[in-house]
Amino acid sequence: MTSIPADVGSRDGSRGAAGTTPAAPPARRRRRTLSSSQWAAVGFAAPLLVYLVLFYAYPLWRNIDLSVHDYTIRAFVQGDAEFVGLQNYVEVFGSSTFPTALWNTFVFTFGSIAFQFTIGLALAVFFRSSFRLSNTLRAMFLVPWLLPLIVSASTWAWMLNSENGIVNSVITAFGGEQINWLTSPDTALISVTIANIWLGIPFNLVILYSGLQNIPGEVYEAASLDGAGAWRQFWSITFPLLRPVSAITILLGLIYTLKVVDVIWVMTTGGPGDASTTLAIWSYREAFGTGQPDFSPAAAVGNLLIVIALVFGFLHLRLQNRQEATS
Amino acid sequence: MQHTRRKHTTLAASAALAVAGVSVLGACSSDDGSGSSDGASGDAAGGTYTWWDPYPQHDGSSDWEARVQACGEDAGVTIERTAYDTTALTNQALLSAQEGTSPDVILIDNPAVSTLADTGMLTTVEEFGLDTSAIDQNLLDAGVVDGSAYGIPIGANTLSLYYNADVLSDAGVDPASITDWDSLTAALEQVTGAGHKGITFAGIGTEEGSFQFLPWFWGAGADLTDLSSPEAVEALELWTTWLDEGYAPNTVINNSQNTVWEEFLTGDFAFAENGTWQVNSAAEAEFETGIVQLPGKDGGVAPAPTGGEFIVAPVQEDTARYDVTNQIVECMTTPEGFVETANTFAYYIPPTSEGQEALLEENPDLEPWVEAVQNAKGRTSDGLGTDYPLISEALWTAVQNALSGAATPAEALETAQSEAESATS
Repeated sequence: MTSIPADVGSRDGSRGAAGTTPAAPPARRRRRTLSSSQWAAVGFAAPLLVYLVLFYAYPLWRNIDLSVHDYTIRAFVQGDAEFVGLQNYVEVFGSSTFPTALWNTFVFTFGSIAFQFTIGLALAVFFRSSFRLSNTLRAMFLVPWLLPLIVSASTWAWMLNSENGIVNSVITAFGGEQINWLTSPDTALISVTIANIWLGIPFNLVILYSGLQNIPGEVYEAASLDGAGAWRQFWSITFPLLRPVSAITILLGLIYTLKVVDVIWVMTTGGPGDASTTLAIWSYREAFGTGQPDFSPAAAVGNLLIVIALVFGFLHLRLQNRQEATS
Repeated sequence: MQHTRRKHTTLAASAALAVAGVSVLGACSSDDGSGSSDGASGDAAGGTYTWWDPYPQHDGSSDWEARVQACGEDAGVTIERTAYDTTALTNQALLSAQEGTSPDVILIDNPAVSTLADTGMLTTVEEFGLDTSAIDQNLLDAGVVDGSAYGIPIGANTLSLYYNADVLSDAGVDPASITDWDSLTAALEQVTGAGHKGITFAGIGTEEGSFQFLPWFWGAGADLTDLSSPEAVEALELWTTWLDEGYAPNTVINNSQNTVWEEFLTGDFAFAENGTWQVNSAAEAEFETGIVQLPGKDGGVAPAPTGGEFIVAPVQEDTARYDVTNQIVECMTTPEGFVETANTFAYYIPPTSEGQEALLEENPDLEPWVEAVQNAKGRTSDGLGTDYPLISEALWTAVQNALSGAATPAEALETAQSEAESATS
């Protein structure tokens, strides 16, 4: 992230150097003598800049542009969309879907993260002690990550099927009642969250496991000499020393989970009704899920998601800076 | 740091990829147009014409591809065919129109015709000098916006009620007795009483859900301009009663039409609501199948929505291309052409009475399907046009809410009506 402003700044710097600025700081004076290599640097950075503008800046600008115009289909083709300012946002906020989608996004994201992290951490600690087949087992836990999402989501949809699903057949075999996992408004969101937790565990496991490798074994030896049991070791050594890695894992997970569309779309298409509609699903449905694409509100919802993700991104940066400052 | 950045902008980046992909496609099709003037291939004077259709299941070596190419050869040109799936095709068509690189011919799902026509990207049939007088009015209507037709149906399909003859005879139900809702519900009771499963249909929260609900909705006498009418409530109550009584499985809420068919093929279900496109599969099923017309509430055949594609010609900058395009369209829409298309796909009913007669001569078994198509009704007709997709979204949401028990049928439809009103106003 820091590389971009530096490049832009240096380009300005070389321009300033060409003018008559006498009080140049030492660094800048050194640059003046290297102005040809300075240009070479700009040349080398150019592909990156072009890439960033094409694939990051333009789509972002386009998304904002879509959200402040009224792009009906006709306007989309003829390119004469009316400027409506923030009206799309007002409509999004006023829509009856908005509170549901926001709440669902909250439940889905935090529910997923809480369980993914806890289970991932438990497994990471479990696999820390090597035992026979531990590597094989650990590799098997990565399977959810390797499967194409459409495959795992469809499989979950089959397993949770009300009539023929394996989950219900187990429940009824033990005398329970059939649960309409995907078709009841009470359980649809829980079902997609469960599937998403399963998908996210490997990510947490891998990062936390590598974090554990950085904790020196002597610390544990010293602790056991002092008579600390496994539980005490976890809370007094593993957990505090793992905190930096945990923070990053959770924040990355948050940003990643916020924009999940595929799992939910394949399993419930956000239904029944709006029962499992998150902001990301809502945006997708407005744009591509109906017979009539509604790009403007879809872009408005998409921008909302970007803002939420940005907030967490900044939180991440702040935390990281603080950690760097303290270490 | 790099990670966060990547996460922020993944949405945007994927959008950019989509845009880039589209512009590449656009570039291809315009190259085709200009490349034709070079006459590099030398075999045809006319060059290459582009053709998009929603049949990715028919690849380059299929009968359908050969049929399309034959129409090109007749017109002295090569046709470059690209297949998308149905939803993607509408989006691609819109994007190409925005870029000014529309293909010469598109076969598009009928409810999308009015959407595309509304953008001004389609030529009218009249401008093209094509005669549509022979086409059945109920089928043509789906492509009519403000009195002008923007395309010609190349064939039609619709829904009907498939039954499993083995299950029905086991339960002692005579399919001929099913003439209205009451007799159907009575049959379902008898079938489930005999230990079988009743009926399966698609109530998924997409256009397919509305498509499957409409025969019951229209069969009750309801109208799409008033979703909360007592007739509409009756139709939705019919479905919820079936679920409550256990005549239909709870899974119908998430069923697509394909899933419905898979469930039916297990042999457990007595009835399945499905379309003309399953005729071949039904014939190959391990049990004997048949169809009855979808009954209206008080008897008669309920109007089912028409399915099937229209052939449309997008506006081109180079109007000289229209002559050849016209020949290609005509090749697809002659009576022989309709029958040939029907046979190639095995599930298309020709949209003209002449074509239907010719088809029935070859294949008398399709008689009930011809009847169903004659009774069918376009979703965008009744002057709904581009309002239909909005109303449909409200309708399928209501179906989902009522079937899942989130709301009563009356409440769900009340909400749907106010959603539809605010969306279309």
